[in-house]
Amino acid sequence: MSEEIEKKIYRGRIKVPYKHTAGAYVERFITEIGKNNKIMGVKCPKCGKVYVPPKMICFTCFEKMEEWVEVGKQGTVKGFTVVTHSTPVMPLEPPYAYGIITLDGADTDFVHLINESDPKKLKIGMRVEAVFKEKPRKRILDIEYFKAI
Amino acid sequence: MDHFEGINFSEMWCGIESAPGYLKPVVKVATGGTTGSSLAICGYYNVASGIYKNILVIGWEKLNEGGATTGIITAFDPVWERPSLAGALGPLALMAGMYSAKYGITPEQAAKVTVKNRSNAANNPFAHLQMPNITIDYVMSSQMISYPLRLHDVCPQSEGACAIIYANEEETKKITDNPAWVKSVATSHYYTFGTDDKMYDLPTATMASKKVYKKAGIKDPIRDLDVAEIYEPTSWSELAWTEALGFAEPGQGGKLLDEGITQMSGELPVNPSGGVLSTNPIGATALVRVAEAAIQVMGRGEKRQIPDVETALAMGFGGSLWTELLILGKEKLR
Ligand SMILES: [Zn+2]
Repeated sequence: MSEEIEKKIYRGRIKVPYKHTAGAYVERFITEIGKNNKIMGVKCPKCGKVYVPPKMICFTCFEKMEEWVEVGKQGTVKGFTVVTHSTPVMPLEPPYAYGIITLDGADTDFVHLINESDPKKLKIGMRVEAVFKEKPRKRILDIEYFKAI
Repeated sequence: MDHFEGINFSEMWCGIESAPGYLKPVVKVATGGTTGSSLAICGYYNVASGIYKNILVIGWEKLNEGGATTGIITAFDPVWERPSLAGALGPLALMAGMYSAKYGITPEQAAKVTVKNRSNAANNPFAHLQMPNITIDYVMSSQMISYPLRLHDVCPQSEGACAIIYANEEETKKITDNPAWVKSVATSHYYTFGTDDKMYDLPTATMASKKVYKKAGIKDPIRDLDVAEIYEPTSWSELAWTEALGFAEPGQGGKLLDEGITQMSGELPVNPSGGVLSTNPIGATALVRVAEAAIQVMGRGEKRQIPDVETALAMGFGGSLWTELLILGKEKLR
């Protein structure tokens, strides 16, 4: 960019703090992960679908879901991508992968980090297992990442 | 869009040129990626309902000054989506990977979409990226952005604007004897957490296309449409979404391209303008699809004109996986 144009530009960066009411279902889900290393879903009383992450209403039946069920710590990768570009807000130093994971016993998918960044070693259909953080902080990253098994 | 550029009242960029709008009723519409198609549909409703005789619809974006991805990320669920499924690139990369794994679509087939659309863009003086000599090898050796998406599998960030005049039947006669008529419009929303459903296709495009075809009397889109301007943020999405729009059976989007059907000389050319892969000023992008469809119907496409266009489809796609569709035609719908 020419010096003349550069002089007319004001460069800045905005930090945006926010508060988010995650709700009772997310609260319970994250607490179980941190406290008991258990991954919990909820089951629709009408269609029987198990939702992980849990939510209050089944989006096909519009039924309220109140039955909590534990699902597996292992699951199958349904899709993945590899992050190569670094920005200050990333949870890990790139390259790293994240994937869409169907946990055993769940009918919906769950997005999380995978500690493998070589696309050749990642495969749709591969099996992965949750690795829990030693000191939970009541964050979704209390599952630190998924590892290949 | 104010949210993308991080500034209030971005319409003031129109400056003194916008003075004719002074003291006239103004409505601002911003729905993310679909902004342009929402504008186009709102323009149609405003005139077709009889409220206004004629109106001017404008879409624009000045992406150099903002962070569109930053803007998009703030709208996603902070627990489930913001860290991994927000913005445009992450979910589009996951969708591309799942789509190619399910149907065996290859990176070569995806690269062919970029080559088709950017070659078309060379015939369009309004297109942002002018790369007339682009090759499949060039696309496939470009930088990996988010696996499997490479730099040239992805749309650019552009600055630009687009305007369309809507008028009722009486007023139209005063403006032109060669208008493009809106035959039908449809909007479909379908959203929960990104991963609650399969992500390799675009269910809203299937839902919206069924509605819009029925209203316009279209039974076989390949036969009954003459040209389509679709909203393809990545090369892979054009392949998947031509399927979702019913141009091909599921998994056959690559074959549709390989057989040349969507090329300029094919039975149903897709994106003669060069598409979103060549030009992407977000708030204008979907309106450009509608304007290009109208240009084709009016026969004003010059080097990018498809011969004898009677009926054209325009598509908008946006943030929470929406689809909006319009069908334009030479003949009014009776
Ligand atoms: Zn249900």
